[in-house]
Amino acid sequence: MTVSTALPPVATPLLKVTSVNKRFGGLQALSDVGLTIQRGQIYGLIGPNGAGKTTFFNVITGLYPPDSGLFHLDGKPYSPESVHEVTAAGIARTFQNIRLFGEMTALENVMVGRHIRSTGSMMQTLLRTRASVQAEADIRDRAMELLAYVGVEKLADRRSRTLSYGDQRRLEIARALATEPKLLALDEPAAGMNLTEKSTLRELLGRIRDDGISILLIEHDVKLVMGLCDEITALDRGKQIVQGTPEHVRSNPELIHAYLGKAHA
Amino acid sequence: MKSVKLSHVLIVLALLVLPPILGTAGGAWVRILDFALLYILLALGLNIVVGFTGLLDLGFIAFYAVGAYLYALLASPHLLEQFAWIRAALPDGFHVSIWVTLPLAGLIAGFCGLLLGAPTLKLRGDYLAIVTLGFGEIVRIFLNNLNAPVNITNGPQGISQIEPLSLFGVSLAGERGVIDLFGLAVPSVLAYYYVLLAIAAVAVVMCYRLVNSRTGRAWKAIREDEIAAKAMGINTRNMKLLAFAMGAAFGGVSGSLFASFQGFVSPESFTLFESIVVLAMVVLGGLGNIRGVVIGAALLAAIPEALRLVVIPIQEAFLGQGNAVIDAEVARQFLYGTAMVGIMLWRPSGLIPGSGAEAKKSSAPVPLSDEVVTPELVTAKP
Repeated sequence: MTVSTALPPVATPLLKVTSVNKRFGGLQALSDVGLTIQRGQIYGLIGPNGAGKTTFFNVITGLYPPDSGLFHLDGKPYSPESVHEVTAAGIARTFQNIRLFGEMTALENVMVGRHIRSTGSMMQTLLRTRASVQAEADIRDRAMELLAYVGVEKLADRRSRTLSYGDQRRLEIARALATEPKLLALDEPAAGMNLTEKSTLRELLGRIRDDGISILLIEHDVKLVMGLCDEITALDRGKQIVQGTPEHVRSNPELIHAYLGKAHA
Repeated sequence: MKSVKLSHVLIVLALLVLPPILGTAGGAWVRILDFALLYILLALGLNIVVGFTGLLDLGFIAFYAVGAYLYALLASPHLLEQFAWIRAALPDGFHVSIWVTLPLAGLIAGFCGLLLGAPTLKLRGDYLAIVTLGFGEIVRIFLNNLNAPVNITNGPQGISQIEPLSLFGVSLAGERGVIDLFGLAVPSVLAYYYVLLAIAAVAVVMCYRLVNSRTGRAWKAIREDEIAAKAMGINTRNMKLLAFAMGAAFGGVSGSLFASFQGFVSPESFTLFESIVVLAMVVLGGLGNIRGVVIGAALLAAIPEALRLVVIPIQEAFLGQGNAVIDAEVARQFLYGTAMVGIMLWRPSGLIPGSGAEAKKSSAPVPLSDEVVTPELVTAKP
């Protein structure tokens, strides 16, 4: 199959993933799933536990190699074979169980995110050339901006493991944003947050979208997903059961069945 | 210009002025300092691999051996004696300048680092430690046996008659251990001290620059969480290889300095125990903390040797001439062991802990947003 070149550029979706299959031994974790994210969308991926959301997410971001599937980012095919190349292509992610660089400061965490968007070889660093000093200053400035953007700039010099849970979540988002993604992929960003933290998060995600970065979101909090997402795909047992706007998905009997069982459907 | 701290000026002055004074008590004392500096170089190299990047390497001494043997072969008549064609081509020997040998030792050891790194990329922790341990032993066994059928390393006898370092035409060995430098009589050990100090200073600066750079942050990110590091777009394979090569290069340079200083190398100097000692220096000082590692290496290298020199005289001072009860070696091992146990009890993460390396730990406390201690909680006790 080839990419259709007949489509006008406006219609090119940001992310188009089709016919993804992934098998773990005897378990077909994903069968023939796909999704299409338009520019500027917040896209939700929902489903009961074990539905294959995180697996799908990990396949898209290159953590698990898929058995089959077609992947296009911004009209260009990309191969989800290695995580760092997917990040370089423009998809940055966070993790369900926060994976910060715990012994490094909050600022350093975000500075690591600038790695692929900055230059500076080891030789330049050792000789401390003017270019390397400038590059380092730019990295630091941008990282501080991003800390302020997510609202944890006061904690810049704190080791990231000492941050509170909500702050760690936001720091992880800042770190992902530092890679200048076209698509920000968040794996359960609201997990474990209280109501205040959730509303701050919601405001932050809206702001990110308004700044032109699309978001792919796995989330269990139905209120958050329904209120925030432009489009939703629901998975159950590795298969797609429904796709569409929140209103469309909400009333789908198969989804209700998947979550609550037959009696409620 | 940044303001220079008084304490730093004092440390530099002490490093420059104290050794000659110490030297009046005997060349052996300065010799201890020389070895401490060699170990500082080694520990700084190992710290790049273990401290920054988090890859446990138990065969680090192999790179020291590579550097030492490289220098030994280039600066001794051994190869000329063994191979007629080299003798025919270079009847006077190689006489390579240290400006060539030291970088070459770094490069070749660095390349060996790559060779070790490449097959072990997927290994971490204990598994990596076992493979690197094996690598270290392989190198030592090679050195021990490469005397037949073609004699390259001279086997267990080792290589002797290694020329000392020669800097700007001045041999650091001098005449009977004393160099005539512009009319000043400088003992050889002291000349070595200053050369090694300069090289160690360069190494420390390199480490500081690296750790606070894009490269250093990538290494630390790999140490903290390899998958997250990948998700940040870091090519973890290349960065790990770079860490191995860089650390090995430090080891190689240190090794060639060791060979020139000692004038003799044999496989005995490169046993597993040496690898463990260097690792102990890094861990004792504080993994990933440059200052800690330097102090750890200096202490672990110098104290046991210094004890060897003072144990007998101290006992004789109290008990009278010839009445020493405890053998120097026994006392040395006892105190060394006690010190290690003490450190593990009271400073389990090293003398200067903080693998967060240069993280500012003294920054003003900021209350955690969900850890605010409310008055109700404090007064709620019945």
